[in-house]
Amino acid sequence: MVEAHAIVKRYGPKTVLDQVSVAVQPGQLTSFIGPNGAGKSTLLSIMTRLVPADSGEVRLDGRPLSRYDSRELARRISVLRQFNHVPMRLTVRELVSFGRFPYSQGRLTKADEAAVERALAAMELEDIQHKLLDQLSGGQRQRAFIAMVIAQETDYVFLDEPLNNVDMKHAVQVMKLLRRLVEEEGRSVVVVMHDVNLAAYYSDRVVALKEGCVAFDGPARDVMEPATLKDVFDIEVAVGEVHSCRVCVYFAEAAQLLANGRAAQDVVVPGLR
Amino acid sequence: MQAEAAVPASVRRPVVLPIVGLAIAAAVLIALFMVINAAGLWGYVLPRRAVRVGAMALSGIVIGVSTVIFQSITANRILTPGVMGLDRLYVLIQSALIYVLGSAHPWVSNLRTNFLLCTAAMALFAVALHRLFLDGKRTNIYVMLLIGVLAGTLFDSLASFLVVLIDPNEFLIIQSRMFASFNRVTVGLLWPAALMSLAVLAWAAPALRYLDVLALGRDHAVSLGVDYPWAVRRLLIAVFLLVAVSTALVGPITFLGLIVANLAYELLDTYRRGPLMAASALGGVIALVGGQLVLEHLLVFSVPLPVLINFAGGMLFMYLLLKERSAW
Repeated sequence: MVEAHAIVKRYGPKTVLDQVSVAVQPGQLTSFIGPNGAGKSTLLSIMTRLVPADSGEVRLDGRPLSRYDSRELARRISVLRQFNHVPMRLTVRELVSFGRFPYSQGRLTKADEAAVERALAAMELEDIQHKLLDQLSGGQRQRAFIAMVIAQETDYVFLDEPLNNVDMKHAVQVMKLLRRLVEEEGRSVVVVMHDVNLAAYYSDRVVALKEGCVAFDGPARDVMEPATLKDVFDIEVAVGEVHSCRVCVYFAEAAQLLANGRAAQDVVVPGLR
Repeated sequence: MQAEAAVPASVRRPVVLPIVGLAIAAAVLIALFMVINAAGLWGYVLPRRAVRVGAMALSGIVIGVSTVIFQSITANRILTPGVMGLDRLYVLIQSALIYVLGSAHPWVSNLRTNFLLCTAAMALFAVALHRLFLDGKRTNIYVMLLIGVLAGTLFDSLASFLVVLIDPNEFLIIQSRMFASFNRVTVGLLWPAALMSLAVLAWAAPALRYLDVLALGRDHAVSLGVDYPWAVRRLLIAVFLLVAVSTALVGPITFLGLIVANLAYELLDTYRRGPLMAASALGGVIALVGGQLVLEHLLVFSVPLPVLINFAGGMLFMYLLLKERSAW
């Protein structure tokens, strides 16, 4: 279990996180949602030791992160931040191989190569594995970075907006893969994301942040309530069911229709069906 | 480089060949330097030339290696350790010593004492800079770089000021030390410099194996289990000590690192810092020994070596910039 305990973080006069406590349960997919500037990314960075907290503590299995050896920690927790620019010319495969660094320190063994192959296959990158990163589209590059984190084979995987730049098909592919990591390999995944529908459908648990505080923390399905979502995002949201899958509609007309009591099946929203 | 890269599913070109080529070129140039125009006076010529070649090889290697390390940490291809103002500090120290003590004082005229003094002062400056800006909590390389650039400008101004005040005869001595030269290196300087450089490299070795990962940037390096503040601090201190030793030995040659590091990136189709450092070091040796050969036998000492190297290197660099405009 990774626990953030009473985390406070300030940037100048602005308090980004105010006494936030969140526990990430093992074997679950947890999503952090919330409006821009709510502190999701900061919380994720603090929980993965990328950014120090002003006060509070992050513990992995009851032991503070600061008391772990950094190499040991790299085999337990991996993290991918939002903007990934690598200032050198790397091929996809070379990038993914970096994920094995905590194990091999740069000299790949057979087992490391196998892990790299698995990660490449999982993200469907075999065909472009020898391409240079700067020749790829934004979505392909994003998948390459995710593959690197997967190759790291940690118990806990933290991803900051992994669906950024990724099209619908590949967004679903990424979410399914994360689900598989949780269900088949018993790993724990934490994702910061903006798409509430995907978050609710694929996560076990959703944590909603608003202005540096936890506004909702519970089973994913329960977040899909108009009142809850309105509280978090400050806009009118309608929730309906399409083929027993709860979806929310937050753009003007469709939201109005749903709010007026029409069944979701009658509302034609591109992309929902 | 771009042409090959465009071919899909291609593996990278091997790196061994270019490195072997560079090594052969360096060896040929060194041999040439040793024997050319010796006129049969082997007993006289060889030991003297060996010392100068040794100094060139040492500073070429040190500059090549330290620039690749520095650029990996700062994630920047056009910075050199020179931006930190060490070479300006060197000129300031020399100016101040000559102004205050006079050129006849042993601290100035005894090259060995002068070397040790300069090395110590520059090392002190480098460590002070690190203490101030890279303590345990903050690892802000850019703030430190900025302060280094400002300090360099300050040193430069102070040195100019001293030069204005100084006796014109003494000024000639300062001027001779403002340019890098291999002609005043002696065995007594070369050994301590080589040993110090080796010791620094040995001290930095545990952090050097993280260089590839550090070049990915801080966040990835931390996620992949590198103790980032420790590694960066150790490598930066090592870079500055290496540059301090080399500058104290032969004088300032800032531009060289930029040239040889970028040539190494062009020449080798790899991201791995080990081969890149090797190629960059060999490039440094080739540039210095080759430059000195041209200087002595074609230009008959009409210009100082750094002028020659900066000229050739500047042209080359413009070419690279224009060629790779889009890739940057």
